[in-house]
Amino acid sequence: MTPEQVLQIAAQGVAAATPYLLAALGETFGQRAGVFNLGVDGVMLMGAFGGFYVALQTGSPLLGVAVAMLIGALMGILMAVSSVTLKAPQGISGIGLYMFGLGLSTLLFETLVRSPVPLRTGFDRVPIPILSDLPILGNIAFNQNVMVYAAFLLVPMAWFVLNKTVFGLNIRAVGQNPQAADSLGINVDRVRYLALIIGGVLGGAAGASLSLAQTKIFQENMTNGIGFIAVALVYFGGWSPMGVMFGALLFSIVTTLQLWLQALGVQISPSLITMLPSVMTIVALIIAVRLYRTGTPAALGKPYRRDEA
Amino acid sequence: MTTTAPPRRFRLTDLAAGQDLLTAVAVPIVAVLGALSVGAVFLILVGADPLRVYEKLIDGALGNTYSQTQTIGKATPLLLVAIGVCIAFRANVLNIGVEGQVIIGGLATTAFTLGFPSLPSWALITGGLLAGFAAGILYGAIPGALKAYFGVNEILSTIMMNQIAIQILILLLTGPMRDVSASATSANIIQTAQIPREGWLPLLMPRTFFHTGALLALALAVVGFIFLWGTVLGYRIRAVGANPDAARYAGVPVRRMMFLAMALSGGLAGLAGGVEVLGVTHRTIQDFSTGYGFSGIVVALFGSLHPIGAIPASLIFGGLLVSGTKLQSVGVSAAMVVVLQGLIVLFVVSSAEITRRRRRAHAAQSAAGSEAAPTAESSAAEAAS
Repeated sequence: MTPEQVLQIAAQGVAAATPYLLAALGETFGQRAGVFNLGVDGVMLMGAFGGFYVALQTGSPLLGVAVAMLIGALMGILMAVSSVTLKAPQGISGIGLYMFGLGLSTLLFETLVRSPVPLRTGFDRVPIPILSDLPILGNIAFNQNVMVYAAFLLVPMAWFVLNKTVFGLNIRAVGQNPQAADSLGINVDRVRYLALIIGGVLGGAAGASLSLAQTKIFQENMTNGIGFIAVALVYFGGWSPMGVMFGALLFSIVTTLQLWLQALGVQISPSLITMLPSVMTIVALIIAVRLYRTGTPAALGKPYRRDEA
Repeated sequence: MTTTAPPRRFRLTDLAAGQDLLTAVAVPIVAVLGALSVGAVFLILVGADPLRVYEKLIDGALGNTYSQTQTIGKATPLLLVAIGVCIAFRANVLNIGVEGQVIIGGLATTAFTLGFPSLPSWALITGGLLAGFAAGILYGAIPGALKAYFGVNEILSTIMMNQIAIQILILLLTGPMRDVSASATSANIIQTAQIPREGWLPLLMPRTFFHTGALLALALAVVGFIFLWGTVLGYRIRAVGANPDAARYAGVPVRRMMFLAMALSGGLAGLAGGVEVLGVTHRTIQDFSTGYGFSGIVVALFGSLHPIGAIPASLIFGGLLVSGTKLQSVGVSAAMVVVLQGLIVLFVVSSAEITRRRRRAHAAQSAAGSEAAPTAESSAAEAAS
């Protein structure tokens, strides 16, 4: 394995972390507010298709991302109506949302586009002047597409919003002790709606990062479960944006494992490699349970009813 | 009193608490109507005629005797899967891993029947189905143990187990269990060899998908009902789902019940895989389980998490799976069925709040003032009702 290969695969790994990171950051907002949205994968698929279709029609990937985020917001509202207003069990309404997104993105693709056409205008690499000339880091971190930059810039921003703003304080209060938050005049349902909408917007963007930047194509079920792994990454990252980022990078190494092994000349069944992220997710969940016995948002998964407080 | 009690956890049994028949029937009907209306909007958006599409959905499932038997054929594994999902969900263990358990069960059944081809027919079938059942139990036991003893979120772990099962399937079908016959190799078809004819489930109607597995599924729905409402074990499983704390105080081994519910649920899914292999495909093919996993969950929810309710539900969704593949003739993809299923799930789970409010109003009327704090006994009794 040559040093150039190492740099190249590492750069691909950082790019591959993007959809995980965006989706998991969005999910962090929802879970911090006490709502477990299992439908992220469906949100991502809708975002991936919406972004792809708009970019295909208009030639503008930026417009595509905007539409993907809008679709994501709508999916977030749908989840909120079901699990916040109507207090549905979150795990199952999330599965409903996933199936809805999986089915609808496939239906729309097969009726509106039909055959797999690649995008002519997606997001290409934009080397950042000066920084991209740095040795090693320049190629890995500063010669990526804008979706990658945006995702990693969102990490400190998400941290700031969650920990240093009133809105973030409200989110955490609502996820920790909705009764107390309610008694202080915080509108629990409204905060949860907003958190789920943020999650939807980032989920839609995560999907678009796949179809507009990474592959420049849309395929049925193209996320292949990234959304579910993203939900697990939030646990693994201990509900903190930085933790989530490390988790996403760790998973991106695994997803590019095939490339590493090829470069090393190791022969291994592709099924075993495809299986690995799922196995790792289970291991990560076991580790997360051990690590964060007390870090879980106390009201996670529990619909809030004022009449039962 | 101003003590801040933790918020009451939502329990799945709320979806069908009390088995009030009116709610159990009304909720699914409203959910279907709601899903069809929302679905119609999207159909119009993509330029299809919703009425024609829905007509095709009904016609494709029930239009003639052949499609009717196709519907029953699809409903059979769905019902088996749904009985298991009922058991797990009643314990508040959300087994989303049925797809993987169906796959592993089907593989085990295939391996058994291919491994002992000289057995008499009855032994081949019984052994094959037991192998599927056992494999499903084992595959369900892994996330079950992780949930019960390690506190790992079972929804996420079972979804990952699904992905793992799909890769195990590909690994075996391209490796040790590969069909080496010339036709399969030349056509590059990924499947196992065909199982001996003695292992095939007898057909109830010649040349259809209506096989004796349907009777087995019906019988097991009744067994599942008796198990959940007529045995101590079933009572305990429901008590754990209704209120784990109350169940623990009443001496129910909560963790063991969770583990058991997940393992049993996996076993029934594995059996569904075995029945599909012995009754329909007569070998394991790459996508033999497609749709059974999530559809089985929809069937269970639609049937109010009740094994008997799952019988009509399995026929409805079996029919949808059959007619979905025929939608191409009206210019719509089979994915429409997945859209409808997702919407139905959202409608069914969201309607729980409305029925809950109705029940509360009702209870407030009849109890009129007497406010008793829930105790372990009363909570357990509530679960048993």
